[in-house]
Amino acid sequence: FVRWLVNMADVNRVIQTQSSNLTPVKDAGVKKSENIHSKSENQELSKEEKLRQRKEKKQQKKNRREDKGNAAQPEKNATESQVQQQKVSGPTVVPSDASVNNEKLPSGKSKAELRAERRAKQEADRAMKGVKKGDSSQSFGLKSKTAASEPQSVVKRLSEHVQADDPAAQKRLAKKLERQQVPLRNDYGTKVNLFSHLHQYSKKIPLTQQTSIPCTVIHPSIVRLGLKYSQGIITGSNSRCIALLHAFKQVIHDYSTPPNEELSRDLVNKLNPNISFLIQCRPLSASMGNAIKYVKKEISNIQSTVKEEEAKAILKECIDKYIQEKIYLAAKAICKFAIEKISDGDVILIYGYSSLVNDILCDAHEKGRTFRVIVVDSRPRQEGREALRRMVRKGIHCTYVIITAISYMLPEVSKVFLGAHALLANGYVMSRVGTSQIALVAKAYNVPVLVCCETYKFCERVQTDSFVSNELDDPDDLIVTQKGSTHLEDWQNNSCLRLLNLVYDVTPPDFVDLVITDLGMIPCTSVPVVLRVKNVEQ
Amino acid sequence: MSQQLFNRLRAASVIAAHPNSLVDLHLDHGCIKCRISRELMDIIRKEGKRMVLAQSSETTVGNTVRRVLKIIREEYSRLRGRSEETDQQESLHKLLTSGGLSEDFSAHVPALRANVIEVINELLTELEGTLDNIAMQALEHIHSNEVIMTIGRSRTVEAFLKDAARKRKFHVIVAECAPFCQGHEMAASLSKDGIETTVITDAAIFAVMSRVNKVIIGTQTILANGGLRAVSGTHTLALAAKHHSTPLIVCAPMFKLTPQFPNEEDTFHKFVSPQEVLPFTEGEILAKVNVHCPVFDYVPPELITLFISNIGGNAPSYIYRLMSELYHPDDHDL
Repeated sequence: FVRWLVNMADVNRVIQTQSSNLTPVKDAGVKKSENIHSKSENQELSKEEKLRQRKEKKQQKKNRREDKGNAAQPEKNATESQVQQQKVSGPTVVPSDASVNNEKLPSGKSKAELRAERRAKQEADRAMKGVKKGDSSQSFGLKSKTAASEPQSVVKRLSEHVQADDPAAQKRLAKKLERQQVPLRNDYGTKVNLFSHLHQYSKKIPLTQQTSIPCTVIHPSIVRLGLKYSQGIITGSNSRCIALLHAFKQVIHDYSTPPNEELSRDLVNKLNPNISFLIQCRPLSASMGNAIKYVKKEISNIQSTVKEEEAKAILKECIDKYIQEKIYLAAKAICKFAIEKISDGDVILIYGYSSLVNDILCDAHEKGRTFRVIVVDSRPRQEGREALRRMVRKGIHCTYVIITAISYMLPEVSKVFLGAHALLANGYVMSRVGTSQIALVAKAYNVPVLVCCETYKFCERVQTDSFVSNELDDPDDLIVTQKGSTHLEDWQNNSCLRLLNLVYDVTPPDFVDLVITDLGMIPCTSVPVVLRVKNVEQ
Repeated sequence: MSQQLFNRLRAASVIAAHPNSLVDLHLDHGCIKCRISRELMDIIRKEGKRMVLAQSSETTVGNTVRRVLKIIREEYSRLRGRSEETDQQESLHKLLTSGGLSEDFSAHVPALRANVIEVINELLTELEGTLDNIAMQALEHIHSNEVIMTIGRSRTVEAFLKDAARKRKFHVIVAECAPFCQGHEMAASLSKDGIETTVITDAAIFAVMSRVNKVIIGTQTILANGGLRAVSGTHTLALAAKHHSTPLIVCAPMFKLTPQFPNEEDTFHKFVSPQEVLPFTEGEILAKVNVHCPVFDYVPPELITLFISNIGGNAPSYIYRLMSELYHPDDHDL
C-alpha cells in the first residue's frame, strides 16, 4: 500500500510537470501570438514565473503530505488562489487546481507513463535552463497552456460576507482582522431564515466606535469614508467608487516606504487592512471591487528602480485616469447613445436615484428634447426624492409616485430607464431592490426597458436569484409611525416577527430590452463577450 | 336612521365593508310601508342610490341594496305562485309569447311583509357569519411548512390564517403596502398569535416571490368579470405570482361581488391626499411636481386562481353565474 502511495506521488508530480510543460509539443502558433504580448509583459512574467515555481514546489510537498492523510490542502489552495488574485489580473493560472484535477485521474497506462516521465524530465531540464536565461516566451507559453486547458478553473474563493452562518469561515475572518488590527462588526437583530448566510448590521452601532483613536493601521480618510458608507451618507455605485479612489489617493500621498521594503509590495500590504475595514463597514460593491483590483495591479506594476515620489505621482495619475475614463467619459458616451433613444413627447419612467440615468435625462433636456419624467420611489430609502429634486431644478416636468402605484402609471409610459449596480456574467442585472419588479410590470404592459451601465461595473459573478448574494440593511429602517401608532416598535421582543430590508435584487435578462454601455448598445446576454474583450485588452 | 347612516357614509367612517346596518335599515322600511311591493322597491332603490352617491367607492352599500331588491322580487314571485326557476329563465319562447311586461309588482300580496322580513333576517345571519365561514375553509388550502405571502391588511385573510395556524405551522411574508403601511398592523397581529411573520417592503415583492408557495389576499371589490379592485400594489403582486406560477387565492365574502365592470376609467380609481407620498416638508419642489396616490389597483381575472368566499371556493370564470344568483339584472343600475 505504501509503495502504491509513493508511486501515486511520483505519477502526480510527473503528470503535473507534464501538463505545465506541454507547450513545446503543442502548436507554435499560440506562442507566436503570445510573444507580442509577452514582450510588453516581460517583467511581470519573470515575477510570475518565480511565483509559479514556488507554487509548484509547495504543491509537490503538499501532495506528499496529502498522501499521508493530511487535509490541509483546501485552505492552502484558498490562500494561494487569493494571493494570486491580488497579483494577477489577466488569465489566472492555478497550478494547485490543476494538480487537484489531475489527482483524480486513475493510475492509468504504464507505457505512456514511462514515456511521459522521460519527456517530463527533458522538459523540466529545458524549463530550468529557460528560467535561468530569463526566457519569457516559453514561460508565457506555459501560462497560455494551463490557461487554455482549464478556462473555467478560476474558481474564486467564496467571500466571507456571504458565509455568515459558517462558524469556521467567521473564525478565519476574525483571525485575519485581528492580524490586521481591524475591529470585527457584530450582527444585529434576528435574521430571516432565508438570509442567515448574510450579515445584518445596525446603523446605530457604527464600526468606528470600536476603533481606537488614533488608529495607526487605518488611515483617517478611510475611517471617515467607512463611516459615511455605513451611515448611508455616500450611496450609489459611482459615488462610492469615486470616494474610495480619492481616499486611496490620500493614502498613497501619505505613504512612505519603510527601509528595506519595496513600494510595490509594501503598499499593497498597507492597503489591505484599510480595505478590510471598509468591508466591515459596508460590503464592497462590484464597481469598488473592480477599482481595487485595478489599483493593486498598478501598484504591483511599479518597477523597483522608480523613486518613491515618482511612483506616487504615477499611481495618483493612474487613479485619476481611471476615474476620468471609466466614469466621467463613459457617462458622456452613454449620454450620446441614450439620446438617440429619447424622442420628443416621451414619457420616461425611472426608479430611485441613479447618477447615470439622471445625467442622461438632464443632458437630453439640455439638448432640447421635450419629455416628461415619472419618478418611482420606494421605502425605506426613498432615493427617488433626490432624483426628483435634481430634475426639478433643471426644469424637467416630473411626476412622483410610490412603487405600489406603477400599475396605475404604466399605461401612459413610453419607456423605462433603469440604472444598474452591476451586470453579471449570465446577463442578470443586479440593481436596487424593486428594479426587477418595475421591469416585470413594464413587460406586462409592453413598455421597453433600457438599462444603463458603464463597463467597469461588469462582473464575472453569476447569480440567478436575489437570495444567494445580497446585502441586508438595518431592519429598524422599516419601522414607521402612522397615525400615532408604531406597530413594529418592539419587533425584537417578538420571536415570531422578523423584518427584512433588502438592498439589491437581480433582474432576469428577458425583462430587459437593451443595455446602454460606453461601448455601445448591447443586449443583456452580451455581457460575457464584453468581459472577455476587456480581459484580452488587459 | 337613514340620515344617520348617510352622514356616516359621507364622512367615510364606515370604511369597513359591513353591511349589517344597511340591512337593519331595510327592515325598518319594510315595517313602514309594505302594502305594494313596487312602492317598497322604489323606496329602497331611492335610498340606496342616495347612499351609494355618498361613498361611491364602497360598493357593498349598493350590493346589499341589490340583494334586498332581489329578495323582494323572489318573495313576490314565490307568493304569486310562480316557481323561481321559470322566472329566472327568460327563454326566447317566453319573450315571444308573453309580450308586454311580465312583472309589474303591483299586485297586493298579504304575506309579503312577513316573508321578506324573515328572509332579510336570514341574510343578516349570513352576513354576520361570513368571516367564520371563510376561516373554516383554511385547513383545506394551507398545508404545513408553507410560505404564504399577503399584502396590506385584510381582516378576512387574518382570520383565515389564524384559523389555519391553530393546527398547522407555516410562515407568512407580509408586504407592507406603502404609503399607509397597513401590513405592519397585520404582521404584528399575526405574530402575536404565534405565526412566524416577516415584513418586507413593497419593492422586494418580486425578489422574494420565488420562495413563496401561495399568495393569499383580500380585496375591496370583486368585479363582474371576475377581476378585482384591490389595494394598490396588488397588481404587481399578482404579476409576480403569475411569473413564478404561484397560485393567487382571494378570500372575500359574497357581498363584495359587484355587477360593475372595470371599463369606467374615470370612476374606477380613487385618490387620497399625496401628503403620504411626498410630505409638505419637501417644500420647494412641491409646487412643480405632480404627485399621485391611488388607493386601488385593478387585477384582471387571468391572474387569479381561486376565490374563497362564504359559499365555498370558485374559479374566476364562475363569477358571472354567482352574480346572476345574487342580483337581478334590472337592479344592476340603481
